[in-house]
Amino acid sequence: MKKTLRIRNLIYFFTLFFIALSGFAQMPIFKRYYIADIPGLGWLAQFYVTHYIHYISAVIFIGFATYVMVDFFFVKIKYDKFSFVAYTKIASIIGLIVTGTLMMIKNLSGTPFSAGFIIFLDISHLGLCMILISLTAVDLIKGQIKLFSNEITK
Amino acid sequence: MKKISRREFIKTSFATAGTVVASSGMAKAANAVPRREEPLATLIDISKCIGCEECVFACQESNATKFPKPKKPFPKMVPTSRVPVEDWSEKQDVTDRLTPYNWLYIQHAQVNVDGEEIELTIPRRCMHCENPPCVKLCPWGAAKQEDNGLSRIDSDLCLGGSKCKTVCPWDIPQRQTGTGLYLDLLPSMAGNGVMYKCDRCYDKLENGEKPACIEACPEDVQIIGPRDEILKQAHKIAKEIGGYIYGEHENGGTNTIYVSPVPFDLLNKKIETGVGKPHLFKVKDLMADGTNIAKAMIIAPIAGVLAALGKIHMQSKEKK
Repeated sequence: MKKTLRIRNLIYFFTLFFIALSGFAQMPIFKRYYIADIPGLGWLAQFYVTHYIHYISAVIFIGFATYVMVDFFFVKIKYDKFSFVAYTKIASIIGLIVTGTLMMIKNLSGTPFSAGFIIFLDISHLGLCMILISLTAVDLIKGQIKLFSNEITK
Repeated sequence: MKKISRREFIKTSFATAGTVVASSGMAKAANAVPRREEPLATLIDISKCIGCEECVFACQESNATKFPKPKKPFPKMVPTSRVPVEDWSEKQDVTDRLTPYNWLYIQHAQVNVDGEEIELTIPRRCMHCENPPCVKLCPWGAAKQEDNGLSRIDSDLCLGGSKCKTVCPWDIPQRQTGTGLYLDLLPSMAGNGVMYKCDRCYDKLENGEKPACIEACPEDVQIIGPRDEILKQAHKIAKEIGGYIYGEHENGGTNTIYVSPVPFDLLNKKIETGVGKPHLFKVKDLMADGTNIAKAMIIAPIAGVLAALGKIHMQSKEKK
């Protein structure tokens, strides 16, 4: 079990790291602020490359999230074990998957959504990401998350 | 080698083609008010263009109210070396390239057709891709595509990050510093103005009018109509003149279709290309790989469910 949890944590960490990094790279900021000039990070200024990395990370993340969700319902963890912050994180992740999937559909050929709805998707996707990152950062500072550990935190 | 005038060439070589177009259903369709809901494309018959720039001036006049009105002095950018000021407000009369004040210009190419040295002139502007990267990859939704196939940039929302230009295969959008939403947000830290390009006169189309460049052309170089009909017409003309088509497959297909009496790779060698001066290379579908990954996305939740069920099955087996 411990080994499984460690692998799960690692997948979760690396997928979220690359999905967030490539997501922020969708904005033209890494070249402007010289981050793409750092050796090995030049790809951050290549919009098509970061687009593919974001998509591939999303495929892995959605597969992983589905696995965890199904596992969660069968394991039947008591709901009151989760804190408000944990519920907010879960809601953010679900929101990110939903808005992200709709944005992928938007990027297919055609105009399935209105311009206003696309702006809503763009801003809510970024907003949900910022909520998730902020809560995770607070938990990291408080020591409630130990990366690469075998523990399940609330 | 005998040198003939542009107009002479048109009159002699393409008189038949012109008659066919004028008598066809397409000409009638072009005069009708296009329906907004279906993708419309424009056909640009290069062999008809005389390079008079009527379309260029009509575009400038018709879109003058949309042009940038930058506030000066411009905010100090951070970092200065990476965020160049792009100011075209003092050069609004430039017509030999694309600028925020000039969304259409004429390219010139000296070519040889059947032993005759002729000059071809090519109106260049946004290609209005069927799946436009500028629209799909804009991080703010400032660029939008309409049901009638045109793509345009909302100058009230654009922050001028220029991503649309970077992802555009032809580098079409052009930036003007000192205007737009970024001035009200973090003017020094994010954004750098607004990106401008041809919007195919979306407001005129909404009113059932033709785009200014089409309306003003004295030679009927351009027509607009449903994309499938435009393509049929393009192939018909190409067959008649032994010509070539550009835009049907470029970047997965565009809503601007060119027909030329000479191959486009030859034209591309003869035109001046560079900043604000788009090429005529063949362009692969830049959104195709992303689309393929997106389609593969459907596998992800299925794999996740199967993996979880497999794990649960194994655990229940172990318990027994």
